[in-house]
Amino acid sequence: MNYAPKISRRSFIVSSAAVGGGLALGLNIPFGASVVRAADGSPELNAWVVIRPDDTVVIRIARSEMGQGSLTGFAQMVAEELECDWAKVTTEYPTPGQNVARKRVWGDFGTGGSRGIRTSHDYVRKGGATARVMLVQAAANEWKVPASECSVAISVITHKPSGRTTSYGKVAEAAAKLEPPKDVALKDPKDWKIIGKPLKRLDTADKLTGKQVFGADLKLPGMLNAAIKDCPVFGGKVQSYDAANASRMPGVKKVVVIDGSAVAVIADTWWHAKTALDAVDIRWDGGANTKVSSASIAEVLKEGLSAKQAFVHNQKGDAKAAIAGAAKRIEAIYAYPFQNHACMEPMNATALYTADRCEVWCPTQNGEAALAATAEASGLPVSKCDVQKVHCGGGFGRRGFTDSVRQAVLIAKQMPGTPVKLLWTREEDMLHGKYHPVMQAKLTGGLDANGNLTGLQIRLSGQSILAAVRPEAMDKGKDPFSFQGFWPAGEHSFEYTIPNVLIDHAMRNTHVPPGFWRGVNINQNAIFLECFMDELAHAAGQDALAFRRKLMAPHPKSLAVLNAVADKGGWGKPAAPGVHRGLAHFRCFGSYVAACAEISVKDGNKVKIHRIVAATDSGYAVNPAQIERQIAGSFVYGLSAVFDQECTVKDGRMEQENFHQYNSMRIAQMPKVESIVMPSGGFWGGVGEPTICVAAPAVLNAFFSATGKRIRSFPLKNHGITMV
Amino acid sequence: MARLTINGKTHSFDVDPDTPLLWAIREQVGLTGTKYGCGIAQCGACTVHIDGAPVRSCVMTVGAAEGKQITTIEGLAVNGVLSKVQKAWLENDVPQCGYCQSGMIMAVTALLKDKPKPTDADIDAAITNICRCGTFQQVREAIHAAAGA
Repeated sequence: MNYAPKISRRSFIVSSAAVGGGLALGLNIPFGASVVRAADGSPELNAWVVIRPDDTVVIRIARSEMGQGSLTGFAQMVAEELECDWAKVTTEYPTPGQNVARKRVWGDFGTGGSRGIRTSHDYVRKGGATARVMLVQAAANEWKVPASECSVAISVITHKPSGRTTSYGKVAEAAAKLEPPKDVALKDPKDWKIIGKPLKRLDTADKLTGKQVFGADLKLPGMLNAAIKDCPVFGGKVQSYDAANASRMPGVKKVVVIDGSAVAVIADTWWHAKTALDAVDIRWDGGANTKVSSASIAEVLKEGLSAKQAFVHNQKGDAKAAIAGAAKRIEAIYAYPFQNHACMEPMNATALYTADRCEVWCPTQNGEAALAATAEASGLPVSKCDVQKVHCGGGFGRRGFTDSVRQAVLIAKQMPGTPVKLLWTREEDMLHGKYHPVMQAKLTGGLDANGNLTGLQIRLSGQSILAAVRPEAMDKGKDPFSFQGFWPAGEHSFEYTIPNVLIDHAMRNTHVPPGFWRGVNINQNAIFLECFMDELAHAAGQDALAFRRKLMAPHPKSLAVLNAVADKGGWGKPAAPGVHRGLAHFRCFGSYVAACAEISVKDGNKVKIHRIVAATDSGYAVNPAQIERQIAGSFVYGLSAVFDQECTVKDGRMEQENFHQYNSMRIAQMPKVESIVMPSGGFWGGVGEPTICVAAPAVLNAFFSATGKRIRSFPLKNHGITMV
Repeated sequence: MARLTINGKTHSFDVDPDTPLLWAIREQVGLTGTKYGCGIAQCGACTVHIDGAPVRSCVMTVGAAEGKQITTIEGLAVNGVLSKVQKAWLENDVPQCGYCQSGMIMAVTALLKDKPKPTDADIDAAITNICRCGTFQQVREAIHAAAGA
């Protein structure tokens, strides 16, 4: 899915400059005398590849690195086709402004929806392949031999008949002047040497020594710092404020109101700004939203579970009739809470505004959206703005939003000519998230006398992300992404074949701003479906694996990941004393994922997760070592959420302000994660998100096996259940 | 005027002695490897060593740190040679986003000084840093690798 935030008129102008076909991306640069040069004067072979005289290969990365490792994956894809020396590869981010100026030569910068690699593998590999052909041609021209007599490996070109050799750095200048070939063939995946290898990340060294600069670490000459408090009630405003004391505090330069809803202090240091902001006496006007609470929201959602009107997304046969006529009817209601992303690096952005230019430095998952926000907030045309992307200290979906960019620009506008860094406190970050949406679900299933599932009905009731963030992406009022994992077909398809199915969504939006949270709607949907499948198997008196296998028979790729975790997880074989297992499967973001969890439970509520075996089939696996890290890492994010994390609403605002109220898993709670990366080829599925959703239901199903208890509302801490 | 000894070098600057050590290190001394994550000693991203012991610098004041030996992430490598923990981190490809890793590496360095061959239980008890990317599996492997080095 496209994570571009709400398209303003201005950002529409940015995107409408897009070139047409993906094949042209990165390749439609001028050629001949007008070689495009990198800042250091080295020639571009095309927008993706710059080669320096010392053979260093600079690979341009359009998407953002936030820890997921795709920067390394992109470089692998370009390097594979380029046939360059991996040891001499380095990377850089082009800026969104350069992308606009060059008619979107790098395509989409948006990094979310686990789609970075799967939606650009074709054109970035072509960038590498095209550059390789030009380099070989340049060497052949110099030697006055046919290019077909030349071979290339590890950045060295060899003329086979004469044995002459040269290197990429030596011919790059001449190669850059050649006309790019129109259509180059890409390698057969069986010939890959760099793609598919568990290579180490390219961006580790500076993260070990403190040298890596994150947005929060930026230092610019003459820079001031800002701290901000936005009205804690979403949609509220500043009624009045008294900054008399704050203005006299050390280092304070200015106290400003932003967008009528926030107060910011600008000071020499951030600590001075933050301390002074705490001394500003602010009265908020929360408006009508102050009446909203978690309980009032839950009531609205509860009503939706039986409402007449709902958006239908998956319908087959007559589920209601099948369930009504079933030998056994099973029903369960589940509920999933609001959750904050809580990236380790709080939201921040640095802006420098002058009357004719505005520049922003920020950790962002969507450079082009950040550029659009910069232009809009500064009032300057896009051509007079730019955004320098910096590595993100986590993203998880939060950094696709540009709220802090807008604030930073509006603050910097009050200090023309002086760069200002805006850094949120953790408290601000917790109070002004783009929250995982709330959702309730009523699941009803009908079993025949033989325990076959003849009908399944799922009614979702809760918030739509798209309605708030990208209404133009909705389908006649329906949010298809509310149904991730439940689609009749496509990248989020429902993988159980049941004769009668009805899955619909009673959309119940709240004043709490929702956002894409790693996995998006698969977190709740996988719990709803996979825990309920376990309930149905139990009611049918069948083994949870056998029950699923039967319904999944027409879906071989799903069956394969499920079987893989069952085999490796030891399903059906005796577990260690006190250890119980649970299974889960899902299809999302184009990939097939499954997990088998092993847990033990002490005193009925202390859960030790010993091991999770997880399988993923993402079609191709560009870097299996990084995929394993995404799987294990996503489990930390997902299990923290299901055990400990909830943002509750009181008087229209969130109650949790820091990690003491919003706990996150520690190393002591980390299970052993055994990943099975099993790419079956022929398609490109996502990696960063899919597996997150199977950890929670696998653990919950194991919890039922251990205790006989079904927990259907989250987080588990609300039931006194802790992870030890 | 506050005087702090950081990574063997003395720095003098004019700051309120109640300023958190974290912010003096980041803003007065200009060493930004030590991170702000929560400000209430929950996450550990700001971990530094005070006289060799791990401390969450967001809740220690400059006044309390005066006269002590402070080591930050920038002080671990000597003449560009990585410490054994940093080397193990590199070899095990540990960081994802990397934001919490300075604090994680400082906490682990202190643990290994105290317990050169830590058991998993030792690691569980001593390493309480939050990592939202979830690098814990690699962190544990790298600790054992560093202990064996």
